[in-house]
Amino acid sequence: MNDKHVIIIGGGPAGIEAANYLANNGIKITLFEKDEHPGGNIKNWAKLFPDFGDASVVRKEITDKLKHENIKFINNTKIERLYQENNHWVALTDNEKYYGDIVLLATGFEVFDAKRKEELGYGIYDNVITSVDFENMYKSGKMLTNEGKIPDSIAFLNCVGSRDEKVGNHYCSRVCCITAVKQAIEFKELVPDAQAYCFYMDMRMAGQFYEELYRKSQEKYGVNYIRGRISEAAVTMDNRIQIKAEDTLSALPMKMTVDILVLMVGIESSESTAKISTDNNIVGPYGFAKSKSLFGMDNLTEKPGLFLAGTCKRPLTLPETIADGRSAAVEIMNYLKS
Amino acid sequence: MKNWGFNISKPRVIDWDSADTSEYAKIIEKVPSAQRCLMCGACAATCSASNHVDFNFRNCHLKYRRGQFEGLAEELDKCMLCGKCKLVCPRGVNTRAIIYNMRIFINNLDYKNIEQ
Repeated sequence: MNDKHVIIIGGGPAGIEAANYLANNGIKITLFEKDEHPGGNIKNWAKLFPDFGDASVVRKEITDKLKHENIKFINNTKIERLYQENNHWVALTDNEKYYGDIVLLATGFEVFDAKRKEELGYGIYDNVITSVDFENMYKSGKMLTNEGKIPDSIAFLNCVGSRDEKVGNHYCSRVCCITAVKQAIEFKELVPDAQAYCFYMDMRMAGQFYEELYRKSQEKYGVNYIRGRISEAAVTMDNRIQIKAEDTLSALPMKMTVDILVLMVGIESSESTAKISTDNNIVGPYGFAKSKSLFGMDNLTEKPGLFLAGTCKRPLTLPETIADGRSAAVEIMNYLKS
Repeated sequence: MKNWGFNISKPRVIDWDSADTSEYAKIIEKVPSAQRCLMCGACAATCSASNHVDFNFRNCHLKYRRGQFEGLAEELDKCMLCGKCKLVCPRGVNTRAIIYNMRIFINNLDYKNIEQ
């Protein structure tokens, strides 16, 4: 068993967790990461929901698991193609071929490109930002408008790129509602006198302590929740953002000017996820990779020896992603034993 | 009889048992996408007519669905059928076709002449 070689594609939480578990069991791993640094999308986050855990600490804990004699970490390397050849898997980079007995796909997600929702003005108006931009702003400790002014008001818009037929994504990204609650609280902590508004279609607080955080944001921080989807954003003379929504609960159209508009961008399958799963006929809806069965065989695919972990399958939270990486590792161990 | 200036006010509840919800089935038949509406209000927010007059497509749609036709015919007349609502709908609902069909059906229903 220990002469078997596992290729893991993707150095995010799922891939690293699986690599560490397998390495501890004496299995040799080659882990490919397209970026320079491991850690996947956590890089973009400052604090994590629901407990405001420091993302850099969590990231260090995760990436420290790569330090293992059985793990060979190859960064700055993108797998262009993955295919089977004489009972082996071949991972092709732009100039090299790597062979493995087993492949774990942990290619994760990418956030929705907010420019595709042109009516919301991202990339057109300076003070329209995404939730990822917000995290970077928060990390820098400076919550300022593009003009360097301390904002008096901020609006968060949920479901940008999720639950939207116009961009082809029918699904709910699951993490944006709670992220908006988290960011609204963070904003109010930095700028207590400012107003925070959260525009939503449904507040989906289906996670432990999510509802409590939502409640706290109303009770302690006075975050305003408005049920209505922002249909368009425009800029005013002084470079503020004017938004239009319907306040559906009072059945009246609403106009509001805010200093910053934050678009809560959803989760989409990453380019590598879509490409590799399409090439190997395991692609499911929206370019996510499809597991063999949601119940019991969620880390397996229709291709023997090809396994899945994490958000390459569907939108998941960070704890779910880590657990799924471990679960995939156990499935790989079982496969090697049989 | 002496008029004391009092009258009986109309009930303010949606009486589901007596509401005519069968009319909405006709809309669904004509415009199946109507069923997908999640009442987010993006249509009402972007509406050109509602900038000038008191008009709310989402609300009209919901009232029709609930069988509350009173005053609806006049409301629906305010729509200019520009179709901007259709452009912003996240569920791809054919809002323009809904309003068009609601107008046709409601005028047949003669609710316009209800006096109460």
